[in-house]
Amino acid sequence: MNIKDRILEIVPEAQFAEQGDLTATIPAESFHALAERLKNDKDTQFDFLLSLTGMDWGETLGVVYHLESTVYGHTIVLKTMTADREKPELASVTDLWRAAEFNEREVFDFFGIRFINNSDMRRLYLREDWVGYPLRKDYDDSLNPLRMTNEVTEDTTEELSLDEEGNLVNKTNVLFEDKEYVVNIGPQHPATHGVLRFRTSLEGETIKKIEPYCGYIHRGIEKMNESLTYPQTLALTDRLDYLASHQNRHAVCMCVEKAMGVEVSERVQYIRTIMDELQRIDSHLLFYSCACMDLGGLTAFFYGFRDREKILDIFEATTGGRLIQNYNTIGGVQADIHPDFVKDVKEFIAYLRPILKEYHDIFTGNIIVHQRMKGVGVLTREDAISFGATGGTGRASGWACDTRKRKPYAMYGKVDFKEIVYNEGDCFARYMVRMDEILESMKIIEQLIDNIPAGDYQVKMKPIIRVPEGNYFASVEASRGEFGVFIESHGDKFPYRMKYRSTGLPLVSAIDTITRGAKIADLIAIGATLDYVVPDIDR
Amino acid sequence: MFDFSIVSSWIHGLLTGFMPEGLAIFLECVVIGVCIMLMYAVLAIVLIYMERKVCAFFQCRLGPNRVGKYGLMQVFADVFKMLIKEIITLKNSDRLLYNLAPYMVILASILSFSCLPINKGMEIIDFNIGVFFLMAASSIGVVGILLAGWSSNNKFTLIGAMRSGAQIISYELSVGLSILTMVVLTGTMSFSEIVEGQADGWNIFKGHIPALIAFIVYLIAGNAETNRGPFDLPEAESELTAGYHTEYSGMHFGFFYLAEYLNLFIVSGVAATVFLGGWMPFHVSGLDGFNAIMDFIPGFVWFFAKAFFVVFLLMWIKWTFPRLRIDQILKLEWKFLVPISMFNLLLMVLIVVFGLHF
Amino acid sequence: MEIKKPKIKSMQYEDFQDNEYLEKMVAELNAEGTNVLLGKLDDLINWGRSNSLWPLTFATSCCGIEFMALGAARYDMARFGFEVARASPRQADMIMVCGTITDRMAPVLKRLYDQMPDPKYVVAVGGCAVSGGPFKKSYHVVNGVDQIMPVDVYIPGCPPRPEAFYYGMMQLQRKVKLEKFFGGVNRKEKEEK
Repeated sequence: MNIKDRILEIVPEAQFAEQGDLTATIPAESFHALAERLKNDKDTQFDFLLSLTGMDWGETLGVVYHLESTVYGHTIVLKTMTADREKPELASVTDLWRAAEFNEREVFDFFGIRFINNSDMRRLYLREDWVGYPLRKDYDDSLNPLRMTNEVTEDTTEELSLDEEGNLVNKTNVLFEDKEYVVNIGPQHPATHGVLRFRTSLEGETIKKIEPYCGYIHRGIEKMNESLTYPQTLALTDRLDYLASHQNRHAVCMCVEKAMGVEVSERVQYIRTIMDELQRIDSHLLFYSCACMDLGGLTAFFYGFRDREKILDIFEATTGGRLIQNYNTIGGVQADIHPDFVKDVKEFIAYLRPILKEYHDIFTGNIIVHQRMKGVGVLTREDAISFGATGGTGRASGWACDTRKRKPYAMYGKVDFKEIVYNEGDCFARYMVRMDEILESMKIIEQLIDNIPAGDYQVKMKPIIRVPEGNYFASVEASRGEFGVFIESHGDKFPYRMKYRSTGLPLVSAIDTITRGAKIADLIAIGATLDYVVPDIDR
Repeated sequence: MFDFSIVSSWIHGLLTGFMPEGLAIFLECVVIGVCIMLMYAVLAIVLIYMERKVCAFFQCRLGPNRVGKYGLMQVFADVFKMLIKEIITLKNSDRLLYNLAPYMVILASILSFSCLPINKGMEIIDFNIGVFFLMAASSIGVVGILLAGWSSNNKFTLIGAMRSGAQIISYELSVGLSILTMVVLTGTMSFSEIVEGQADGWNIFKGHIPALIAFIVYLIAGNAETNRGPFDLPEAESELTAGYHTEYSGMHFGFFYLAEYLNLFIVSGVAATVFLGGWMPFHVSGLDGFNAIMDFIPGFVWFFAKAFFVVFLLMWIKWTFPRLRIDQILKLEWKFLVPISMFNLLLMVLIVVFGLHF
Repeated sequence: MEIKKPKIKSMQYEDFQDNEYLEKMVAELNAEGTNVLLGKLDDLINWGRSNSLWPLTFATSCCGIEFMALGAARYDMARFGFEVARASPRQADMIMVCGTITDRMAPVLKRLYDQMPDPKYVVAVGGCAVSGGPFKKSYHVVNGVDQIMPVDVYIPGCPPRPEAFYYGMMQLQRKVKLEKFFGGVNRKEKEEK
């Protein structure tokens, strides 16, 4: 069935874009009804909200939704807007997709758009006393000097809702009662894997509710991108999720190359795939080390890092960097691979296979680990899809969400590898998914490493890169989930809007659901196995 | 075998020669007090260095090796630094309890430490209910921990102190029961007599099965008593910042740090004394020539060797296993260790009554 | 009077880059003349302090991973005595600011710094902590930690290699060795008006 026809059937006023991905512009009044039909109808079933992006188009403010169906695999992009710049209000879709909860808060934070019926309309990343909305085109930065006063944390939140007559009223929702025992975890905390703050309401050792507070490493990358040329934006992508630096840059390069219609050589595809898989092994080894450290088995931390250093040596020989690699460029890669690259990689894979057995011996088989991780922090499949929790977390809950299989790119369509899916959804399943993925990555590398074709490592590009007008979206399977890049271009050499679909934001928004009723010690195990990296959440 | 009472009676004779008896005893007490403090500090330094090196070798790295040859001066540098750090006074804390807490912990630690017999004739606190006194003295440490957590005026420290208190109080049962098992075997509660009684073989061999079970239970429970190893949830770094001693700086924190290592040594020392023979060399009844050779090595060498061996075992366990959650810790104690210890005690009584031990 | 040269094991005094800063500092501190006995005691205590600098576990972004790699088996900062990274600011000696500091994090960092007991040191690690780094033009990034607290050593790089970390820490050790302890670092801080 044709999605375009179905949309026109429900909303006859919808308009479709000429260039770029298939985008439907829907008027604001009919948007919620359309979204509900698209989600619930048996033959469309768009149950996965991939990305929710706020936009400022000069006269109008709006939102772009990327939807996908896990049942059929089709995708659609929807746009909606409002012309009111003083008090913009749009319908919320939090009742359909729980991923919208945090994303709509982000849109409110950056653009000022309030969503009707979203029960929590607070800022997400910026301080409560921030003046203005940064990603609007007419934002004035001088209103916000560095404030060194302590932020006062409110225990209530605002909601904009429709009452019986259809009038808009402001409702106040309470987050924490006065008599609850609220403990503050973070932002400086050894176990939150970065600067993330949680306020937890405890009853003895049991967690009643958790509120995450993000934004302590919000660096404003998306706003900076709007004044940088496309090659300059690549400098910042490595620093988002620094354990997926190759994969992030691959996504941006893929998006721009797709938009411009540039074909990269096969050699580049091979190299990019091998580097991505090495990066994935690196990230999963670090996951293993940090999970063991958080649970108290410090020795395994050192073993994981020792092996990770070998991968960093391989990276350093070719790209010059250990953590931040700066390797992919638009049209190819920065430099050809080192002459010893193939030999080093093969040696490393031969070394790592028996080491993984050792890891399983000291950690996975331990009864204490089983007691701490099995049955703890269960995320059901429906919740995972509703939150959009991709990556190892989604696959541990039974959702086969690997982008390499759903939308194959680079060489993934031509190599043979399994998608690791477990069904229990608890911490142990999340841990095992990543350990098994290391084996699959090694399998992929082995299939490719001996057959790298000769060729160019960089396509000749014009000195100034201009992307044709339109919306473009590309995503890769980063170490932590589906990392997507959304570019809206108006034909300039700067992107008009460049948004990154974060891998970690759905995981953090799901923490409250996962940890209800668990103990504080379980929060640590859950946080360690969810495996998020905070700069990726905050951008 | 070298008997320290030769030295102590010589000193006593010398002093009573030119001063009244009361003054001589007073002077001896002062000297002994100073010696205990010194030995305490030296042992703490040795243990901290040992821990850093041992854990480094387990983790495929080197550990301190720049400060002095093989890093031997590293802990001295740490001690100097700790001594000159600012002691921060909190605004809203309970001033008296906050300052009292580290001293209570050290007090409990030193009292327990003085009970251990290091050599023949070298016991400091030794009377007929030595074992009972040791267990009572080590319980004072709990008060110190709870005071520290409460008076810091901090929700985290309170949670840490509560957890720690629950854990220590629970595991004292198992410790007590396993030592009681050995008291049944030896028939006496006095430490020096327990060690003397092992002249024909260590208790762990004499008591075979129940002694072995008691030893294992004691090691697990003793580990939990000192908040170390798989049971270090109350001060778990990756969970509650630093647990009950988060708000302490400078020398107050130094006291908590020292007491943790010394408690480890005391647990090992008691295990060495009660199960492995204390300062008694390894004797096999019947082989007199062999026993004479063993007697050459002085008692304190045996004692420290055994104690450090048990310390090494406990460190090995700490650096291998991940940590248990608090409800799992308490479940382990109440549902597993206490019933096993009680059954073991019964078994030992039966063995003693029917004379089935060696 | 001969300038005191701080000794670092296995690295020559001439191989360090910033010797003029240290010589100027020593000249200022010794302007009133030194007591020989106190000078010897100073040396002993400064030896202890410089070899036992405990960092606070504080890492916001990418440089934090390099800090963890520094503590790991290949680079092993335990050799210097730095591996005891305390999680509580009250027990730490220095704070290595690894990673970008944003406007929202700045008051939190200042509070952490205030909670540390004297004598304390700050090391700004990585381009972001030194000056804002690649994010200098952002609306939410503090351009350098020295805008909110006094910094002792700067370690540039994005991220700096572990060897660069060591160089910075050895510079800090040299600075600590030359400080005047009695009458210098040991005095009570004046109350801020």
